[in-house]
Amino acid sequence: MSRVEHATRSSRVGVVVIAVAVAGLALAPFWGDRQTLRLLAEMFTFVALASLWNLLAGYAGLVSVGQQAFVGFGGYLLFALAILWDVHPIAAVFIAGPIGALLAVPVAALIFRLRGAYFAIGTWVVAEVFRLLASQISVLGGGSGISLPASVVIAMAPTRQMREFETYWLALALTIAIFSAIIALLRSRHGLALTAIRDNELTAQSNGIDVARIKLIVYVLTAFGTSMIGALIFLQKLRISPDTAFSVNDWTAFVIFITVIGGIGRVEGPVIGTIVFFVLRQMLADLGSLYLLMMGAVAIIVMLWAPKGVWGLIAERFGWQALPLQRHLVLGKETGGKS
Amino acid sequence: MQWFNVILQGVLIGGLYAMFAAGLSLIFGVMRLVNIAHGDLIVLAAYISLMVVQSLDVDPLTSLVFVVPAMAAIGYLLQRGLLNRTLGDDLLPPLLVTFGLSIIIQNGLLELFTADSRRLQAGPIEVETFQLAPGVWIGALPLIQFAVAVAVIAGFQGLFYRTALGRAFRATSDDQPVAQLMGLDTRHVFAMAMALSLAVIAIAGVFLAVRTNFDPAIGPARLIFGFEAVIIGGLGSMWGTLAGGIILGVAQAVGAQVDPGWQLLAGHLVFLAILAVRPQGLFPKVSG
Repeated sequence: MSRVEHATRSSRVGVVVIAVAVAGLALAPFWGDRQTLRLLAEMFTFVALASLWNLLAGYAGLVSVGQQAFVGFGGYLLFALAILWDVHPIAAVFIAGPIGALLAVPVAALIFRLRGAYFAIGTWVVAEVFRLLASQISVLGGGSGISLPASVVIAMAPTRQMREFETYWLALALTIAIFSAIIALLRSRHGLALTAIRDNELTAQSNGIDVARIKLIVYVLTAFGTSMIGALIFLQKLRISPDTAFSVNDWTAFVIFITVIGGIGRVEGPVIGTIVFFVLRQMLADLGSLYLLMMGAVAIIVMLWAPKGVWGLIAERFGWQALPLQRHLVLGKETGGKS
Repeated sequence: MQWFNVILQGVLIGGLYAMFAAGLSLIFGVMRLVNIAHGDLIVLAAYISLMVVQSLDVDPLTSLVFVVPAMAAIGYLLQRGLLNRTLGDDLLPPLLVTFGLSIIIQNGLLELFTADSRRLQAGPIEVETFQLAPGVWIGALPLIQFAVAVAVIAGFQGLFYRTALGRAFRATSDDQPVAQLMGLDTRHVFAMAMALSLAVIAIAGVFLAVRTNFDPAIGPARLIFGFEAVIIGGLGSMWGTLAGGIILGVAQAVGAQVDPGWQLLAGHLVFLAILAVRPQGLFPKVSG
């Protein structure tokens, strides 16, 4: 009997390597110092943001430069819920997801009228509107922002160390959840449709895929995840302001560079990209704005001369996939050849 | 009378926004490229003008003699050397490369000129005003700026429909492969379009720098204003773009009059409202 399989030998190795890495990261509070934990948690949030952007732009072809709208919205929602309605901050992180998704529906109704690159700038306008509205909310500090009150912070955990462990594990769990959800989506029937849209939108459409509907679903799901990560980021920072919450550099430029350098349109790309990005950042942080300039140059070079990114080069050279995603037909019972 | 004044100021600023938009509209029309670095190039022009003014001791408007050709040359080289490589069916490369360019320009300017905000001094003409009607005053500089904007739009219109270059632009815009078959060097045509776009950016940048303070970070907001003017006016229509700029300028001026915090927000909301009720813009070119 012929059947379709996802796994290859490299993906079986990949899954084992990932499992070991995740176990090591879950135990990080026992082997890492505070500095390491903070850095790792920050990396997790970037892996999540980049994975979500990759799903949006790399697969669904919705190139947004306005995802900071949802990062900031999630962050502000956390502060509003915790300060105004006494909601536990960790509960607020989970509430941010569905509310962000709900908000994405009318936003999509508006900006989906714009095509291609104009869609990109449209998303940016929406993020600007959110930023300007946030700076009008005086109970949340207006334009200068606000800190999470000490009472709320203390209520989370009795000691600072426990609170830091809590947010670390939350960041790890949330990132794994988002990453797994994306993989589950890509392995599903919708994933096949998404991959088809990635490869050729017109052909996908003419083969009966409802492209517009799938794009809307992906946009809303991405907003769900991005809002949760936004809430988490500002739970780590304990302070929010319109400029940090809706920063196009932090939540879009970096995220795009990470995805492009790692490999756009591949789930492994954002993970590799985040590692490269943070290594570069640790090495070049002293350079200040020159560092950003170099990041921009690296992104341009990769886009023009290695458009599939670091992971794309590896995957093509060795035929690897770290995760069981590609479908291939296995002929016969045990004897079937691959490809 | 106060409201009349507010609206008049809005209209005059609208001319500047139309200049932000004209170059954006041109290159989108010719090669379907949206230049994310557009706003940062406006700021770059302002800094080049600042350097010219400081080193040659001329006034800002005279500096245009240097800034316009310099920016046009940058545009031509940028297109030939970099952006032509990104064009194709895929949307991502041009978007990401110009996004990277935007980050490079911003941080390069930050490195060279620091984050201090600057201003170009245009001398006595800055404060010169005259009375249009009792209680209605117009500044000489905003009026010149508006007149230049109208001239730029009219110039574009003439260029498109009266010159060989304009014909080449329209041909490539309609059908690139056929234009190529007819012997047009599209790489050169694209580079000329970018050069022209940056020449207008140069004018806009200098007027911006005379009107307000500027620093390396203000580029993206100018890109957004230009983009909004293009969409409000309707893609492909140059006079529509001028109208779009004016509508945006008036919306911002009225918003600012209600509450200073509402200046930018009012502009964005008008843009979103028009997108909601008339997504093709107010004066779209008949699409073919």
